Amino acid sequence: MYIDFVHHINSFLAAFILLTAFGMLVQRRMSGLIFLFTWQGLFLSIHTALVGFLVNRHHLYISSALTLALKVILLPYILHTLVRRLKIHKEVETIFNVPTIMLIGIALVILAYHLVSPIRELSPPLSLVQPHIVTRSILAVALASVMLGLLMMITRKNAVTQIIGFLAMENGLFFAATSATYGMPLLVELGVALDILIAAFIFGVFFFHIHSNFDSLDVEQLARLKEVD
Amino acid sequence: MSLIALLCIPLLAAIVLAIVREGRFAAEINVAASIATFMAGVWLAWDVYGHGAMLVAGELLFADAFSVYLAVITSFVSMTTSVFSRRYMAQEQQHGIMRPRRMRYYHALFQLFISAMLVALLTNSVGILWIAMEMATLSTVLLVSHYRTPSSIEAAWKYFILCGVGIAQALFGTILLYLAAEKVLGEGGEALLWTNLNRVSSMMEPNILSMAFVFLMVGYGTKMGLVPVHHWLPDAHSEGPSPISAVLSGLLLNVALYALVRCKVLVDASLGTHHAGNIMMGFGLLSVLVSAFSILRQKDIKRMFAYSSIEHMGITTFAFGLGGATATFGALLHMLLHSLTKSSLFFAGGHAIQMHQSQEMSRIRGLIRGNPFVGWGLMFGVMAIVGMPPFGVFVSEFLILTATVKGAPYLTPFLVAGLAVAAAALFRRVQSMAMAEVPSYQHPVQVAYVPIVLHVTLVLMIGIYMPDVLNQWLKNIAGYLK
Repeated sequence: MYIDFVHHINSFLAAFILLTAFGMLVQRRMSGLIFLFTWQGLFLSIHTALVGFLVNRHHLYISSALTLALKVILLPYILHTLVRRLKIHKEVETIFNVPTIMLIGIALVILAYHLVSPIRELSPPLSLVQPHIVTRSILAVALASVMLGLLMMITRKNAVTQIIGFLAMENGLFFAATSATYGMPLLVELGVALDILIAAFIFGVFFFHIHSNFDSLDVEQLARLKEVD
Repeated sequence: MSLIALLCIPLLAAIVLAIVREGRFAAEINVAASIATFMAGVWLAWDVYGHGAMLVAGELLFADAFSVYLAVITSFVSMTTSVFSRRYMAQEQQHGIMRPRRMRYYHALFQLFISAMLVALLTNSVGILWIAMEMATLSTVLLVSHYRTPSSIEAAWKYFILCGVGIAQALFGTILLYLAAEKVLGEGGEALLWTNLNRVSSMMEPNILSMAFVFLMVGYGTKMGLVPVHHWLPDAHSEGPSPISAVLSGLLLNVALYALVRCKVLVDASLGTHHAGNIMMGFGLLSVLVSAFSILRQKDIKRMFAYSSIEHMGITTFAFGLGGATATFGALLHMLLHSLTKSSLFFAGGHAIQMHQSQEMSRIRGLIRGNPFVGWGLMFGVMAIVGMPPFGVFVSEFLILTATVKGAPYLTPFLVAGLAVAAAALFRRVQSMAMAEVPSYQHPVQVAYVPIVLHVTLVLMIGIYMPDVLNQWLKNIAGYLK
């Protein structure tokens, strides 16, 4: 009975992750964006722990804790600090064509469902009576949130926003890994976390470089290098 | 043992160099460590030659003929590059282009980059391969923006973002691969090991695998700079310091291709079709054609060589996609020759840039009179890269073309056209740079002769007489990759 309940909660969390992805797509305020990113990380962390509980795999608790530490505490903290130091925390980004972006986003979700439809079965069910913990639609949600992160990187012009889009993509990937395969091997997950940490250090350095060279973080200005003609 | 040594030396060197910082002997330590790495690489090759493929550290590390071949190339080119870099970066500091303070982490990052590539080549786990590839990107991002000019920061940002996005696709592909493998092999790290995957390839679900390959292709294809996901490559290669361009172009692209070829072998064996091979052929041919016409339009010398790298990666990807013993043999040989030739071109080109204080090809003149080593190095390098006999590239391109005529005759004209356009474009440019009178603004520099001469000689030697060991070695690899 309670397994059924947890199962529902899992689906809810998946929906919330997708919702935050859409929210980030059109959030104009820098601080609001980081806030949404934090929420997405939190949903992800809870989801990972729940899956770990359901299928009784203890290494998922570790990766859940890792997500909590990295994506809910550390990265938002770094981003907030950077944004404040660069004095852009009150900045409001202009996004053109919000309805169009939303429509493209919806189209991407449908595409994601279409893409995963040929996959016949996912991870093995725990017992015969019980349905799959992981449904095909959860994998579709994961793929959709990866694509929404990508869409965000394309539509935004601010370096910080692009990085948040990148991290949201990473969230989607992590979600895919937990839901489709009950998590990658622990060693791999630790390595991926290390890579994200180093990436965070590098983009922090870059924000300052871009800021001091171009006087703003608008990546539109990064257009000197092109094919000479 | 030899495998552990090969992986530990560059990592230890990176740590030592991070502590030494801009200390006086940083460049020398870098050279010494790279020589030691190369020796460990040869030792490993000797071991694998004697005892066959080996598994170390609880099956996490794996060396077979293919990975050892690329590990030896990687350690060799990184050794010669470190020798070149010592001279080159010293000159940059004398010219005031580079302040010594900025050199602090240059050598440490260089060694970290080499060790990340070696881990990618020698790991048995698809997951660790991904992590190492990402690490190789991250360690070079700050090297590309080393000069801190607006354009170099732009190039590095593009590199960081585009490769980050690309490699994220590869991670999704890896997850799908794990999903397919887990059902057969059970959960845990076992299901991500190449050795296990290849063993059970026929039992994995084909739908998931073919989807996984598309993501892996886009992901690792981005790192290789295949068209249409190549936009970061010309920028990153032209804005970074020349030694970094040499290793990016000569080594990193090979490592990404290695990952892709491993995936291709697995997926095609599993599907029993030529699905993955066809995708690779498509990407490869498109890259050859687009980059050949892009070479024509370039004005910046390093940008031109960067496009040439895309072209050669296209040829190699095409050949691996085509499959068969001849094409695979040609592709393997081409990987080696492209590494050697392209890095020597970046060495000579780097010195030419220093002599003229400009990357514009229209300003580079009279190299042969100014400095015969740089001038002839560039000349011979270009002759080699366009595939003129008697240089080795001729042999590998000829093999690939022969296989194409046999396996996919209708594609031959496109491939030949691409090669011809690229050859004409490169040759036209190099003539005006190498010949002509010495311009007034040219000034002499201290040249690192050894790496240039060594690379060009090796390429020439392989063209004239291929050592039997190499021949056997490549036949062996082609035997199990085709």
